[in-house]
Amino acid sequence: MIHSLFLISNAGDLFLEKHWKSVISRSVCDYFFEAREKAVEPDNVPPVIRTPHHYLINIYREKIFFKLMFLFSKLGVCFIVDVLYRMCADYFGECSETTIKDNVVIVYELLEEMLDNGFPLATESNILKELIRPPTILRSMVNTITGSSNVGETLPTGQLSTIPWRRAGVKYTNNEAYFDVVEEIDAILDKSGTTVFAEIQGVIDACVKLSGMPDLTLSFMNPRLLDDVSFHPCVRYKRWESERVIAFIPPDGNFQLMSYHISAQNLVAIPVYVKQNISFFETGSSGRLDITVGPKQTMGKTLECLVVTVHMPKVVLSANLSATQGTYNYDPVTKILVWDIGKLNPQKLPNLKGSLSLQSGAPKPEENPSLNIDLKIQQLAISGLKVNRLDVYGEKYKPFKGVKYVTKAGKFQVRT
Amino acid sequence: MLGMSANSVSYNEQGSVESGVDAAQENSSIPGSISSGGAASSLFSADYKKNEDLKEMLESNKESLKLEAMKRIVGLIAKGKNASELFPAVVKNVASKNIELKKLVYVYLVRYAEEQQDLALLSISTFQRALKDPNQLIRASALRVLSSIRVPIIVPIMMLAIKEAATDLSPYVRKTAAHAIQKLYSLDPDQKEHLIEVIEKLLKDKSTLVAGSVVMAFEEVCPDRIDLIHKNYRKLCNLLVDVEEWGQVVIIHMLTRYARTQFVSPWREDAVFDENSAKAFYDSEEERRVDQSKPYIMDPDHRLLLRNTKPLLQSRNTAVVMAVSQLYWHLAPKHELSIITKSLVRLLRSHREVQYIVLQNIATMSIQRKGMFEPFMKSFYVRSTDATHIKTLKLEILTNLANEANISTILREFQTYVKSQDKAFAAATIQAIGCCATNISEVTDTCLNGLVLLLSNRDETVVAESVVVIKKLLQTQPSQHSDIIKHMAKLFDNITVPMARASILWLMGEYCEHVPKIAPDVLRKMAKTFTDEEDIVKLQIVNLAAKLYLTNSKQTKLLTQYILNLGKYDQNYDIRDRTRFIRQLIVPNEKSGALSKYARRILMAPKPAPVLQSAFKDRDRFQLGTLSHTLNSQASGYLELSDWPAVAPDQSVRNVEVVEPVKETGAPALSKSKHAKSNEKFYSDSEEEDGEEEEGSNSEDSSSSSSEESVSESESEENSDDSNKSSSSQSEKSSSESDSEKKKTLKNKKPQQQKLDSKDRKQKNGNAVKVESRSESESGSESSSSESSSESGSELDSDSDSGTDQKKNTKPKPVQSKPVIKKVEKKEVSLLDLDDFSPVPVTTPKSSILSPNLLSDLQGLLISPTASALQASSPVFVPETSHELLHRMTGKGLSAQYRFTRQPCIYGNSMVSLQLTLSNSTDQALENIHISEKSSTGQNIHRFNAIERLEPQASVTVSMGVDFNDSTQAANFQLCTKEDEFSVSIQPAVGELLLPITMSEADFTKEQGKLVGMNESSATITMTPENVSSQSVNRKVVSVANLGVIPSGQENIYRFSGKTVSSGSLVLVSVVLKDPDAVITINTEKTVMGSMLLRQVKTALTNSGP
Repeated sequence: MIHSLFLISNAGDLFLEKHWKSVISRSVCDYFFEAREKAVEPDNVPPVIRTPHHYLINIYREKIFFKLMFLFSKLGVCFIVDVLYRMCADYFGECSETTIKDNVVIVYELLEEMLDNGFPLATESNILKELIRPPTILRSMVNTITGSSNVGETLPTGQLSTIPWRRAGVKYTNNEAYFDVVEEIDAILDKSGTTVFAEIQGVIDACVKLSGMPDLTLSFMNPRLLDDVSFHPCVRYKRWESERVIAFIPPDGNFQLMSYHISAQNLVAIPVYVKQNISFFETGSSGRLDITVGPKQTMGKTLECLVVTVHMPKVVLSANLSATQGTYNYDPVTKILVWDIGKLNPQKLPNLKGSLSLQSGAPKPEENPSLNIDLKIQQLAISGLKVNRLDVYGEKYKPFKGVKYVTKAGKFQVRT
Repeated sequence: MLGMSANSVSYNEQGSVESGVDAAQENSSIPGSISSGGAASSLFSADYKKNEDLKEMLESNKESLKLEAMKRIVGLIAKGKNASELFPAVVKNVASKNIELKKLVYVYLVRYAEEQQDLALLSISTFQRALKDPNQLIRASALRVLSSIRVPIIVPIMMLAIKEAATDLSPYVRKTAAHAIQKLYSLDPDQKEHLIEVIEKLLKDKSTLVAGSVVMAFEEVCPDRIDLIHKNYRKLCNLLVDVEEWGQVVIIHMLTRYARTQFVSPWREDAVFDENSAKAFYDSEEERRVDQSKPYIMDPDHRLLLRNTKPLLQSRNTAVVMAVSQLYWHLAPKHELSIITKSLVRLLRSHREVQYIVLQNIATMSIQRKGMFEPFMKSFYVRSTDATHIKTLKLEILTNLANEANISTILREFQTYVKSQDKAFAAATIQAIGCCATNISEVTDTCLNGLVLLLSNRDETVVAESVVVIKKLLQTQPSQHSDIIKHMAKLFDNITVPMARASILWLMGEYCEHVPKIAPDVLRKMAKTFTDEEDIVKLQIVNLAAKLYLTNSKQTKLLTQYILNLGKYDQNYDIRDRTRFIRQLIVPNEKSGALSKYARRILMAPKPAPVLQSAFKDRDRFQLGTLSHTLNSQASGYLELSDWPAVAPDQSVRNVEVVEPVKETGAPALSKSKHAKSNEKFYSDSEEEDGEEEEGSNSEDSSSSSSEESVSESESEENSDDSNKSSSSQSEKSSSESDSEKKKTLKNKKPQQQKLDSKDRKQKNGNAVKVESRSESESGSESSSSESSSESGSELDSDSDSGTDQKKNTKPKPVQSKPVIKKVEKKEVSLLDLDDFSPVPVTTPKSSILSPNLLSDLQGLLISPTASALQASSPVFVPETSHELLHRMTGKGLSAQYRFTRQPCIYGNSMVSLQLTLSNSTDQALENIHISEKSSTGQNIHRFNAIERLEPQASVTVSMGVDFNDSTQAANFQLCTKEDEFSVSIQPAVGELLLPITMSEADFTKEQGKLVGMNESSATITMTPENVSSQSVNRKVVSVANLGVIPSGQENIYRFSGKTVSSGSLVLVSVVLKDPDAVITINTEKTVMGSMLLRQVKTALTNSGP
């Protein structure tokens, strides 16, 4: 099981360590540093490193390496990877080197609560928040005045009940329930614009602020669309199986209710097309770039936050381009060209044109770089999924309900 | 005040020092030079000063100062700095009242106790006190810290604490105890035997909180003690859905291992045995063959596991999905495997580490079963932004998935990859192309041509890799490809990568006969550059020279001599050795012996073509999803997955010795439920007997408390009468018809009574005083005695009790309440005497073997494993009447009767379970009784296993499942013997198509509110006076339909709820008495069923009689 945890910043600074069993010297991290140096990109560090006595698991997130070692593991590595991820995502909302450094004591206490002897004890964020309350400015002021503490004195009720995700005695003056249907299009388009592969990854994020123990039922207009789903533990799977409705007693606050996956390719509308022409000349160490973006199947909505990112070949030194709309930026160190277009105007298609200068003497790159596209469409779920209604049982009040749809580009790549 | 200011000053100083230290630390933690000596020593002095200051703060009287100090100390620990010399100052605060401070001290203790063992002992007494604290959180954290202190001296104390905590009332504390088991075991493995005892006890725990942790302890301490699992197997399966995620993972892995030792393999070729069994049918003389060809029937427990884990594939936790996937991979019949594919592919969206693991597992799976992932091939397409190890894994999978049909798509995709900027990946792609080319002969030529084109690529690694792959491919069919070899020879000058050059040279030498003109020329060039080449190239030059010398000595003799001379003086001993060897071998001289004659055969021997195979080929020896699988080598602590046993071990070991098995979610074992049902009467008798034996000297009322009779809801004056009767003689009772009649009704009443009662108890938080008051207030009514001591009773109790009220319950209560009632009623024993009361002898109405079981049931009473409001419950009443299926006249001596068991069917969720009794009234044995494969109506029928032989006058009971699809349409099928076929049909009463569920009154009203209008049907009837009592209404309704009784707050309203078996639609029945009329209302979506049910309930309630 998990033996120790080390947090290492991108610069190689080891800034937190926690041991659940006997103390392991931090020199064990040398193996990691070795591997880190071998791999050029931090992404390429192997997730599992084997050392004579320990296995090191490396998890790279938000420029921090979470690093665990452990002696015996009978369970999959997945398991451990998940614990860690939950840890940072759930509790701080944002998890960066500075937030951890600022709250080092709280993080340490949290780690202590989450795992016992290397085995997860409490990983539900609602419970953790009751055991050790997250710091807020208001609370720290109150605490200094009244002298009360940050640590819960009683066992959170959720820990014992059969619905560990919900606290007891929640009370709001305004009862609200919001659902965000967020869909991401993962696609690979080839040079000519035909779809090589496309699928939709959707999640329904919820923000539920309801008093008491409400029992919610969410139904869809077209539940048939969803054939591959995964739920928050609060959802009653049997009801979904039999009636295709999502019945649940919600956790308090923000949580991800469900995620789904639509892989049928014909269902996936591609909202954007890209006309591109990137070429490098054999002589003169230069190249040309011409990219035009236009709307395709947008269901009458506007494309927003359109960004085109190009990972240029190493030999490209600089770019001298002009954009009809938006701004572009080429970083010669990382070789990344970012063209931030913003809102797409269908009447006047944005275009980026100009020349690239290459390192002189170097052979011209073989492959044209692929384009990554980022976009956002408000008020549209590209799969056509629609929430029908939300019913509240078990409580008397009428909550305020809201549903929002957003479509984004996920891993959307155009090969050139 | 002075002290304060001094402190704050020093604090400021401190701050600056600390920042200085930080800077030093940062400098020193640059990779490679983490703790260099100089930095460490300067650190030490700074630390020293700082710690003085902290010590002062800790010793002050101010809580806030202490807290501040502890926070900074924990901060130091977190940064990995040494704070151990503060131990004495810190340990003093262990008894602090401030819980935040206390926690921080605990954190500190756990970190440093191992280093400061003597001082750590000072804190032990505090923990021992805290272990008795009324607050469960404090008890638990005390145990946690106590067990985390790795000090060998306190092992006995830990052992004692664990034992005590394992029987704690709070499941949270029990969970902590389970964790502590592992810690103690790693501290002192000699305690193993004692720990196993605790594990055994905790395994019986019914709390979902405990389950995961205790299984973890089991895996850690005694993974080989499979026998401990038997009795808990079904419970674990049923609890699984409600266990927290991490526990699920542990349990699933353990059950995978368990199942592999207990069940036979489901992987036999299904196609074969239909044929076999048909054959065996006719040759009866060969018993053995019949045996072999007996169709595989999955053990119901095996099925139970698969069924209960399936919903977990939808979990949001990737580890759970992975665990279920591996369980299916290792346990499920091959045709059911496909359900895991989608979930695994979904995981690919997860973070890169998860992707890495999942892809590895998919790679292993895809070797064995291409079909599983082929439809999802495109999900494995590579993106340029993927990390290299992800890319290579995807490539691996694509290669595995390639077949004749999709190879062109895959190759087109590969073409894109070859151009990738990530050259390592491009090289891997070329290897993959090579793999495809060898595996699929149709495309070998295409691939080869493609690879040859790559030879003119500008990138060296790509070219080199191509050459190497081409070399491998050509080895399979060299003769047709001499032009490719020529082409490669032409390119040779431009290729600089040693491996590629060596490969080309090897090819030249090997196939020099195909390129007789070019090869010597290449050798000539090489002779010129020999000294500048890399070692591997030199070796190949020597080889080439030798081979050419043998085949074409005229042209190359001098060249060879020259090269051999160069080699002789090479710096590398390998090359010198090789040269010497080659010279001896090929150049004839007087000393060379027999070998040189064979030189040609040695050097030019045909070489087998290399097999290009996946690196994941041999990984399937490890259990999927384990670390060992990821590393492809056995990790420490890996538990091998055993092979399927040839013959299944005894199934009955998993039977739990209770009359009624737990039925909330799962199905009981077939054989057992049958047993329990058919022998119920007998069983209860024996139970009484046992009770009497146990408590022979006790007063008759206490014996009555344990006997089933006492459950009677009849008036309390009758009670003693009744128990007298029961104790007088059993034979009389069982023979006396009236008595047995009565008993039957009692039996019906009992469970519902208990449900009412448990509800009751929840409302009144049952401490002893309350119990007393209640028993007074309800004296004369039935419920006091319904605290039944019968096993099934307590079982129900524990299930219906929700976890929320457990704090109110004090531990001895469930055990003691019974005697309390009795004693208050009769003997007026003071309540204080309870302390001396030993629960074991009185609470065991059954034989002593069962007592621990019962006890643990009672302990587990506090936690409900289920959360859902609509929970299927056990039937309130099971009718004994059976219906004729086949009369012995029409059946030529074979007669069959069926009855509805009203149990959830184990064969399928939408099936109604039936029990068939077949008897043979002829004078010769009937053979091969089975249900014909073809069912004339559309119903889905689960057939019973063919009965090979039924002796004359014998009868056998089998069970089957029929999916009536929520209609009363009869199921028609053929009952066959060896000689005959009989058409039979089963017509279900509408009430049998339901399963009872429990819900609260509020839920009932709520659900009823949703089912109005069309979905509601009601009727008013006039009740016969004898039907007006609550018992009779309840009895009548539950005998007509398999419904659950809902405890009602109002006197004149009776509510029943159930759901249809197939579709799970709710069926709600309510009866409202308005003297002398009664209104029956039925609410259900299934309107047809509703009206039919209404008619039947109406008839039942208007009819007089029992």
